[in-house]
Amino acid sequence: MTATYDAIVVGGGHNGLTCAAYLAKGGEKEGKNKLKVLVLERYHKVGGAAMSEEIYPGFTYSTCSYVCSLLRPEIFRFLDLPRHGLEVIPYETNGQPNPNGEGIVTYRDHDRTRESLRRHSIKDAEAYDHYAAEISRQCRFIKPLLMVTPPDPTQINPFAQNRINPWGKREDLDGLLKIAAEFGRMGEKQMYEIIRFWTMSIGDFLDEYFEHPRWKGFSAASSIIGTALGPYSPGTAYVLLHHYMGEVDGQIGAWGFARGGMGSVSKAIASAATEAGVEIRTNAEVAKLIVRNGKCVGVALKSGEEIYAKTVVSNLDPKRTYLKLIEKSDLDAIDPDIHRYAKNFKIRGSSGKLNIALDGMPKFAGLPQEAGWGTVDIGGDFDYIEHAFDDYKYGSWSKRPFLDIVIPTSVDPTMAPPGKHFMSVFVQYVPYKLAESPWTPEMKAAFEKDVLDTIEENAPGFRKLVLHCQTRTPWDIENEVGLTEGNIFQGELTLDQMLFNRPFPGLGQYRGPFDGFYMCGSGTHPGGGVMGAPGANAAREMLKDFKHGVAR
Amino acid sequence: MSANQYDAIVIGAGHNGLVTAAYLGKAGLRTLVVEANERPGGAAVTREFAPGFKTSAVAHLLHALHPRVIRELGLEGHGLKPRQHAAGTTALLPGGGRIDISGDVAATAASIGKVSHADGEAWAPVMARLVRLSSALGDFLLKTPPSPAPGSNDFQTKLALGMFALKLRMLGKKDMLELSRILTINVADLANDFFESDAIKGLLSLEATLGVYLGPRSPNTVFNLLYRLSSFGKNGLGGFYLPAGGMGSVVEALVKAATVAGVTLRTGAPVEHLLIEKEIATGVVLKSGEEIRAPIVASSADPQRTLLHLVPPGNLDIEFSKRIRHLRMNGCVAKIHLAMDGLPEALKASGGRVVVAPSIDHVEHAFDDAKYGRVAEKPALEIVIPTLADPGLAPAGKHVLSMLFQYAPYRLRNTPPDQARAQVFERGLALLEEMAPGTRGLVRAAETLTPHDLETQFGLSGGQWHQGEVTLDQVFFLRPAASFQRYRMPVPGLWLCGAGVHPGGNVSGAAGANAAREILKDLKARKGGRVAA
Repeated sequence: MTATYDAIVVGGGHNGLTCAAYLAKGGEKEGKNKLKVLVLERYHKVGGAAMSEEIYPGFTYSTCSYVCSLLRPEIFRFLDLPRHGLEVIPYETNGQPNPNGEGIVTYRDHDRTRESLRRHSIKDAEAYDHYAAEISRQCRFIKPLLMVTPPDPTQINPFAQNRINPWGKREDLDGLLKIAAEFGRMGEKQMYEIIRFWTMSIGDFLDEYFEHPRWKGFSAASSIIGTALGPYSPGTAYVLLHHYMGEVDGQIGAWGFARGGMGSVSKAIASAATEAGVEIRTNAEVAKLIVRNGKCVGVALKSGEEIYAKTVVSNLDPKRTYLKLIEKSDLDAIDPDIHRYAKNFKIRGSSGKLNIALDGMPKFAGLPQEAGWGTVDIGGDFDYIEHAFDDYKYGSWSKRPFLDIVIPTSVDPTMAPPGKHFMSVFVQYVPYKLAESPWTPEMKAAFEKDVLDTIEENAPGFRKLVLHCQTRTPWDIENEVGLTEGNIFQGELTLDQMLFNRPFPGLGQYRGPFDGFYMCGSGTHPGGGVMGAPGANAAREMLKDFKHGVAR
Repeated sequence: MSANQYDAIVIGAGHNGLVTAAYLGKAGLRTLVVEANERPGGAAVTREFAPGFKTSAVAHLLHALHPRVIRELGLEGHGLKPRQHAAGTTALLPGGGRIDISGDVAATAASIGKVSHADGEAWAPVMARLVRLSSALGDFLLKTPPSPAPGSNDFQTKLALGMFALKLRMLGKKDMLELSRILTINVADLANDFFESDAIKGLLSLEATLGVYLGPRSPNTVFNLLYRLSSFGKNGLGGFYLPAGGMGSVVEALVKAATVAGVTLRTGAPVEHLLIEKEIATGVVLKSGEEIRAPIVASSADPQRTLLHLVPPGNLDIEFSKRIRHLRMNGCVAKIHLAMDGLPEALKASGGRVVVAPSIDHVEHAFDDAKYGRVAEKPALEIVIPTLADPGLAPAGKHVLSMLFQYAPYRLRNTPPDQARAQVFERGLALLEEMAPGTRGLVRAAETLTPHDLETQFGLSGGQWHQGEVTLDQVFFLRPAASFQRYRMPVPGLWLCGAGVHPGGNVSGAAGANAAREILKDLKARKGGRVAA
């Protein structure tokens, strides 16, 4: 049993690839400690949930994630992703159609949005300035936190945590100090605003600024996407932030499409990783971690092959990692509570996806015929969303769902034949398990019909344009992509599962319970989205351990 | 000193107002309490609602009254017997089943065990852990909330924070992490983590949502549970108690304590507005036109009533009044009082507190109705039988039922208030009849109070009995509004001392005691300043 690699990355999603690339380069500062890294991916290509595939001839589908903005600029620059073929096209316009009148339109340009809002409510247009200022203030606090390791709140003593080397983990304090310093810079008033914001509901927050019901419903969208919460559930205000803190070309809150589909992001990161010397093996599914004497020494593939390494890092979600890859007896030998944490980890899937090939561009009711649409949200006021959420709570898909639609081909013609379009429909709220029965083909067809009917209602004539439709329930997403319960964030983004509690209390610093074992997926801080931050942060912690001889 | 000149005026003779007044009086301040109603008590009163039948009109269970307040004001010497009649909880289940929860661990485990053996085993350790965690938080009940900016706290606050951090550390790493995990989660998740039976999960759902406009699947509901449980440790009475004589007995003892301390109490004296001169509060003007002056005005009325109605317009900056206007005060609990000729079988052997909340979904469905501005079709109920503790509240052999109906929202969409009141009564009684057959036939008279009625009769804005929901974004240094958590309001001389300030609702006296301490601290500092000058 000799270690063939310094590190094995289990799972070739965008975070796994980012982590591998950072490890192979020896860290952000191009350290001396360049590691020999192997990435193992069970599918025949890398990408995980950031994937583009030709499902229908001539059309490139972004099969899971569909828009790009959260990818950290630090990673973008460090891995030199443009050179590896990544181009992000920012989009100009977002809107909410309205079958009975004028829809809501927002623009990348703040002033244009305010003018557009004025058509619905003068009061809201005036409040929009204050609202946008408050949101960017909140974002400014959280952004520096994304690329740091959360401190362990139970351990303020910098020495007590170190298991081997008294200097090994002293840099934990960095995170704490950074947050404290950032917080201290705020001034008392802003501190209060932040604490309040993190614990309140988006409904209450928007009510403080706006009056127009549909505008409020539209603005709440980013707060509920991917959650198992309604707009009036406390904690949703933070989720808004999580979607807002992205940037394209340095513009906070801007979103864009990756040219060629979301697979281009993974492809570019994989290319950077390969260039740095990372070895990538596809069609190689990991069955178990090999743990000997409380240390993780390698992995066993489904084929029976065993590969040994000094360290193993899992890009899979926490539930899958801890309940499927690791033997319960290995966990219990360390601490029986960990298994309970894993079992109780909240990872409810709440969204489905329809990928549609279209014969032409649909026309949305109440929206101007602009070129270059970004997201088109089908919804309504808070009640619309709450009703959709109620269906979900009791184990059914929303009969009138909330939809987040993009048609990337309107700005990126490479993804479909000339004149044709690819439409990605994100459906909120869809349960992983139905109350009455498991997902049957009939149920799935009924679900698909409800979604298509809702689109037709908001874009008359749409149905006639449909050439092909791929429908995915959370159950499909789990089985095809590997995300437990189809949760797009690898674990719900609620306060109890953030910062030092992500994935589990006491394991919030990318290190697992065994020596030599780490986590690097969206199930770790700072959470989901095609961000890359968890992967880069995990690599930093691993390299620290290598440097101090903790991992060898 | 003229008759209309005092050292301090307290607005409202609710229990917190009386506590503040008693503390100030004890410190030697000439203190006046002005109360709008003919009787003191605010939301802690005993009222006759039908000839010969009396009950606690709003709050009906005693559990949070702080032991230190009882001791310092000598309330037991003034006739209060806070721990006279412990109330066990009985959860009624569909089909005639029931669970009895009391201080007796073995009997409780056996009773729950009939529904689920695993839950019977889990109940005591899980609840003990929750009480332990909540007690760590509860140590801050009688402290002034600090500021998150480290530089702006005085020595005492720093010391309190240090002690608090130490106590958290003493919980041990496991408990600390567990606290950080559960503090913000929803009660449905918590219940699913530890229990398997609908009955226990439903019971916890009600315990965690009572008094907040949230459903069991709303995050932050575990916080409300912990908040309520904090009184089950050393920071409260250690359990639910039925006060002899109703909640009015607490007020009677407080009035005595205040009177002994030299406090003057004037009832039937509603305040029209505050007297503000040169941007400083200098007294109050009564509805009668009478002016009373004092350099300290402490209001135990809720923040909205005090700051938006009693403070004359133009004295507060826009941002602050906006924050106060947006306080979440959507009361969602109605009360039903039933005068009974006897008790139905199911209620006879109960511990005095009966809960109807058979499952998470039951409570969640009830919340859904409220979400859309409707009275819950099938509510969750908490019923207290005060006559079990004090038969004197009803004619011989008769009984009183005091029932909380959750959810009946203050903000109704298409239901006029009178119709809502009728719905509350009809739906509450129908559900109780279903769970405790025979109830309906024994009802001789009844009174229903919707949140709307609670507002008009008891002055609680929005019918919210905690003077603002006790949720994470409205507690601690965010209560009632950021930067104003230290009982001082933006108008110098004006203080808040009711449930609308830290630590919030329940008949605890903590808010009143904290406000009095801060007022006295201020006075001392000022005096010190003068001597130095």
